[in-house]
Amino acid sequence: MCSYVTVPASLTGSAKGPDGWFSVTSASVYFDHPFHAPLDHSLNIDFVDRAHGPSARVAVELSADSARELVRCIEAALAAAGSAAL
Amino acid sequence: MAPREEALTAANVFISGHGGDSINAYQALTGEEGPRAGVLVIHHLPGWDSPTKEIARKFASRGYNAICPNLYAREGLDVDADDAAAAARAKGGVPDEQFVGDAGGAIDALRALPNSNGKVGVIGYCSGGRQSFLTAVSLPVDAAVDCYGAFVTGTIPEGWPLKVTTLVDKTGSLACPLLGLFGAEDQFPTPEHVAELEQALIAHDKTYEFHSYEGAGHAFFSVDRPAYRPEAALDGWQRIFSWFEKYLAAEGV
Repeated sequence: MCSYVTVPASLTGSAKGPDGWFSVTSASVYFDHPFHAPLDHSLNIDFVDRAHGPSARVAVELSADSARELVRCIEAALAAAGSAAL
Repeated sequence: MAPREEALTAANVFISGHGGDSINAYQALTGEEGPRAGVLVIHHLPGWDSPTKEIARKFASRGYNAICPNLYAREGLDVDADDAAAAARAKGGVPDEQFVGDAGGAIDALRALPNSNGKVGVIGYCSGGRQSFLTAVSLPVDAAVDCYGAFVTGTIPEGWPLKVTTLVDKTGSLACPLLGLFGAEDQFPTPEHVAELEQALIAHDKTYEFHSYEGAGHAFFSVDRPAYRPEAALDGWQRIFSWFEKYLAAEGV
């Protein structure tokens, strides 16, 4: 299948790409064909800074189970930080 | 003389796309003598990637000239294909009008090649399958192949992030024979979507041939993905080459 669905997220943070660190202003999240992962479909996240062009991007392609595990770990890490992460 | 599979040349070239924009394209030329037909190869949503360029070379190895335009060239001519695909996707994909302009430029480039026989076929996979149909209802081509293109028929869900529309209402404009190759287990397009297109082709008395493969889903031609289904892909390739051989031969040959 080719879902075509892309879910955008507005973010504040940084990521390190091939040209070093850059500010991350948004992410695109979608479940579709990967470019590299040996999977039919993957949960893909593109962390980008649109002001600096298409190459300012850090991309990950995860299996569906891996993506859910990542969500669980992010929630766990934020919960462990307590009030500091509010 | 080198075997036909070795007698090809491939390179990146520039062609004139929509609005006169200079866009890059991958060109694979047959080394075989005599007038030759051209094939417009349309890449899938993940972009102007190596597997699609390999498809262009496959056509060249079979005696065709092939051009695969970079539909995401507006993201930058030197941008990596995956980065360009991500950027284009985030913008909602390529507008149909822009695509048709780029496809027209590629078709003109194929017909301008010194050994062109004047005939041009079009083939696309995934989102490119839809765009192959769009080409065939918009531009003068001689044969078309739609490999599991979604959203030719069906209904676009409300709030859909990509700027796509269905194309079935343009079926009457189809000016060339259409070969459709689908996976019976595909969800985009489903067998019902394929059946809807077939009914439209029948209603408009169009020349077409559809094959849906049991045990195959979306992207069954992709040799580097688990979706690859060798039996469906090998049969599909045979049908593609037969289709183009039948409809792209020079007049009187």
